[in-house]
Amino acid sequence: MKEITISTIINTVEKLCIDANYYIGKDVTDCMKANLEKEESPVGKEILSQILENNSLAAEKQIPMCQDTGVAVIFLEVGQEVHIVGGSLQEAIHEGVRRGYEKGYLRKSMVYDPIMERKNTKDNTPAIIYTDIVPGDTMKITIAPKGAGSENMSELRMMTPSDGMEGVIQFVVDKVKRASGNPCPPVVVGVGLGGNFEQSALLAKKALLRPLGSRHTEQKFADLERTLLEKINKLGIGPMGLGGRITALDVHIETMACHIASMPVAINIQCHASRHKTVIL
Amino acid sequence: MSKEIYLKTPLKTDELVSLNIGDKVFITGILYTARDAVHKKLFALLEKKEPLPFSLVGQVIYYVGPSPAKPGDPIGSAGPTTSYRMDKYAPALLDLGLKAMIGKGVRSKEVKEAVVRNKAVYFIAVGGAGALLAQTIKASKVIAYDELGAEALREITVENFPCFVGLDTKGNDLYEQGVATYQIHEETI
Repeated sequence: MKEITISTIINTVEKLCIDANYYIGKDVTDCMKANLEKEESPVGKEILSQILENNSLAAEKQIPMCQDTGVAVIFLEVGQEVHIVGGSLQEAIHEGVRRGYEKGYLRKSMVYDPIMERKNTKDNTPAIIYTDIVPGDTMKITIAPKGAGSENMSELRMMTPSDGMEGVIQFVVDKVKRASGNPCPPVVVGVGLGGNFEQSALLAKKALLRPLGSRHTEQKFADLERTLLEKINKLGIGPMGLGGRITALDVHIETMACHIASMPVAINIQCHASRHKTVIL
Repeated sequence: MSKEIYLKTPLKTDELVSLNIGDKVFITGILYTARDAVHKKLFALLEKKEPLPFSLVGQVIYYVGPSPAKPGDPIGSAGPTTSYRMDKYAPALLDLGLKAMIGKGVRSKEVKEAVVRNKAVYFIAVGGAGALLAQTIKASKVIAYDELGAEALREITVENFPCFVGLDTKGNDLYEQGVATYQIHEETI
């Protein structure tokens, strides 16, 4: 049995919130640089250069790369041999978010209710927390701050088995087309295939956590990822939607078994600020 | 990119009519920051025929909700938010003399018509380049609705703020023309 204290969790989450918003991952930078070479549109090239410059400025000056520092989405993988001591795990996560967003000068973007007064909670809580209990004696904490520009362009559809592969391809490509410049392309497209209504959305979100350039472990889905990326980059939407070759940096699919009558497909779009940081305690 | 042009606010119509979509523009002067919540409030004032907190004539509204400023900085990260959420309000503001909007993303038919009718312009800044754009902001003060926090109405002073002409006075749309230039047609799409 390994003990992890609440204060360790609070401090870890605080730092993760700040780091995720200041420092973009190397996979994103490398992918962006490679795509800058491929982009043919002069406006597109200028935009990709500005994004690269922006991200290095954010790291150097220790300020958020984007003012939309997002909803704090937290993924926990808690080893079943871990004993959490000193208080509530959920409250520790919220407290870490509260402190991180305050100390890091991050924007507080959460409102109490979606439709009535929409009053700001002023500390960016509540965080959205997913917890998996897994074998082992470690706790893995991942934060993925998610901006609304790209989240608003996401969609879930309960397709039918007869829609088949063609139907899925058409839905995903058409979604990116309809989203146009709104989600801040070049985007990362997370696709959740299977499960049920809510599980497909979670699969799509988790797909966004994979490093850019990584492929699905099963060849047939890896091929589908490549096909979708190729088709999306033929749309001509380009950086920020102003025309160009690079509309998506990558497409990631996560899959799960589903009911004989169902084919849930969820698409979660991620802007170019593909932010996520992980720590294992 | 067609041309690089330097503009000072307040903007003049004769300077705007020579702009074309895709031109890279650097703006110096005052911008007013407003997004969803402020637009809703401005619109309510207009409906009640009450004065607005600032004169719109010749001015530029920047759709942004900046992150908090670090000590010693005028502002935090400050990139554009998606413009379509302000489409409902923009035509009325343009008809009252607003000369330009800065944001990101496509605009409605009604906004495009109002842009042409008023010889105004829609500028596009790079979304997610908030740290870079903040370097061009030299001063910032809240002039109304402080309670809205990030969404408050601010007067900001910019030097060579970089953006592209997205909608020009002739009714051209960079989103439409840019995408049409690079789209590769395929039967399955």
